[in-house]
Amino acid sequence: MTTGFLGDALRVWRRDMESWRKYYKASLVGALGEPILSLLAIGYGLGRFVDIDPGGAGLGYAHFLAPGILASAAMNAASFEATFGSYTRMTEQKTYDAILATPIGIREIVAGDALWAASKATLSGIAVLLVAVGAGLVTSWWAVVLPAVALLIGLVFATMGLVVSSRAHAYDFFTYYFTLVISVMYFFSGIFFPLASLPAWARAAAWCLPLTHAVALSRACAAGTIDAAAVVHLGVLIAVLLASYALAVRWVGRRLIA
Amino acid sequence: MEAAIVEAVGLRKSYGKHEVVCGVDFTVRPRECFGLLGPNGAGKTTTIRMLTCFSPLDAGRLTVFGLPVNAANARAIKSRLGLAPQEENLDPDLTVAMNLLIYASYFGIGGAEARTRVAELLAFAELQDKADDRIPTLSGGMKRRLILARALINRPSLLVLDEPTTGLDPQARHLVWKRLRELKRSGVAMLLTTHYMEEAAQLCDRLVVMDHGRIIAEGTPAALIAEHVGRDVIEVATGDDPAARARVEALCRPLGGRVEAVGDHVILYLDGGRDPRDALAALAAEPFVHRRATLEDVFLTLTGRELRD
Repeated sequence: MTTGFLGDALRVWRRDMESWRKYYKASLVGALGEPILSLLAIGYGLGRFVDIDPGGAGLGYAHFLAPGILASAAMNAASFEATFGSYTRMTEQKTYDAILATPIGIREIVAGDALWAASKATLSGIAVLLVAVGAGLVTSWWAVVLPAVALLIGLVFATMGLVVSSRAHAYDFFTYYFTLVISVMYFFSGIFFPLASLPAWARAAAWCLPLTHAVALSRACAAGTIDAAAVVHLGVLIAVLLASYALAVRWVGRRLIA
Repeated sequence: MEAAIVEAVGLRKSYGKHEVVCGVDFTVRPRECFGLLGPNGAGKTTTIRMLTCFSPLDAGRLTVFGLPVNAANARAIKSRLGLAPQEENLDPDLTVAMNLLIYASYFGIGGAEARTRVAELLAFAELQDKADDRIPTLSGGMKRRLILARALINRPSLLVLDEPTTGLDPQARHLVWKRLRELKRSGVAMLLTTHYMEEAAQLCDRLVVMDHGRIIAEGTPAALIAEHVGRDVIEVATGDDPAARARVEALCRPLGGRVEAVGDHVILYLDGGRDPRDALAALAAEPFVHRRATLEDVFLTLTGRELRD
């Protein structure tokens, strides 16, 4: 068996995967159904009433919407797993305590749990991608990197979720996070309308949200417009990931090792 | 003499302003079962958390397998340690066998080796028939045995047991004791905390009694009993009548021992080495029970009878 940091993180990942296998059907319906419904209902239902073509190329609203739905699906899947799921393992089930009695440490537990949440995010991203490809909404071969983008988005929001979990003392606490952080990002990160339509201050605020960069990067990949801006989006996501991973390790550690 | 398995010198730990472990010294030697006894809040679990790398010490020196306990040595120490925690933390979504297999993987044990160990441990814990059951379907005794089996998956050099039989019925408790004695014979060193004095008497070679973060007595069970209580105990039932109690106390006092009135009983702890026949004759007319002194007497003598929560 492999050793070292990644090997240990994958052992934690495997634990999560094995316990998920019991419920994977219900879990898949939940994780895949919602983004696909959004894409169809909003993209095609509402899209028929949207006169603009923000994606250009005369492909219509669904074409504009699809990469954003992919990014938000990855965000949601990772956020739920890293809050409700990880919090349960950290507190009620004491799974983290059980693992900490073995050679595996906090860093590997946080990495493994984040990797697991990001795996679910990747699965959601792939489902949206397949629907988008089937509906002819993807116009570039760059789209093959979208599963990797979903994984990165998943890691960003998984580590953010773990930071929140490390400070939570009840499940109710996550209501704040989902309403004040996740929902705000969902509506104001350029998924449903171009940020250019916002006033300058709101646009500047939107670029402070990690999901805005995730959506922009997904859109660039779906359309094949990989440029310097796309590299900046990638850089911002990696920076947020590293910062929230470091904070999650610190705070989860402070909670469990005292 | 062989190197100690655990060596604690001047161990201290505070949470906020409250010092829960206030300068504790003890040594666990190879192949022995060492007991940590004390009422709730005595500092037992905190001491265990320190030596299993869950709680950094504030002061003192603590070595496990000769390695100072710190972040750098945590991995090396924990790879040779087996911990059966007080709180059940089995994986509820996994089957019994998967709980062990996944736990083995945390120690880097996989493949055929892991499957062999899991089969052995399922037999050891008498859970072969439950291999594919999920945790919520197990009884309390089965969960305890599985926790013990899980703690042995890496064939530890030191097994740490935090209240291993709390909440178990007598049958389940005796089975756990039998297994722990087998392990002891195989040479595994053990560190055990318990509230049950009978458990300590059955299993421990040496023990310490802790209270309010300090060690207040140390020795073998027999030596502690002889030193703090003596050999014979006579309990006289007095009912709720204060006059009867006063009369029995007066009767007991000249008999050569410590007299204690507890609720509706008067207890006479005869001085060690004194022949109990004189006392028994003197109390012949009273409703009494004569018994051997136990660790429980030591415990109550040292830590008092007030409730601890």
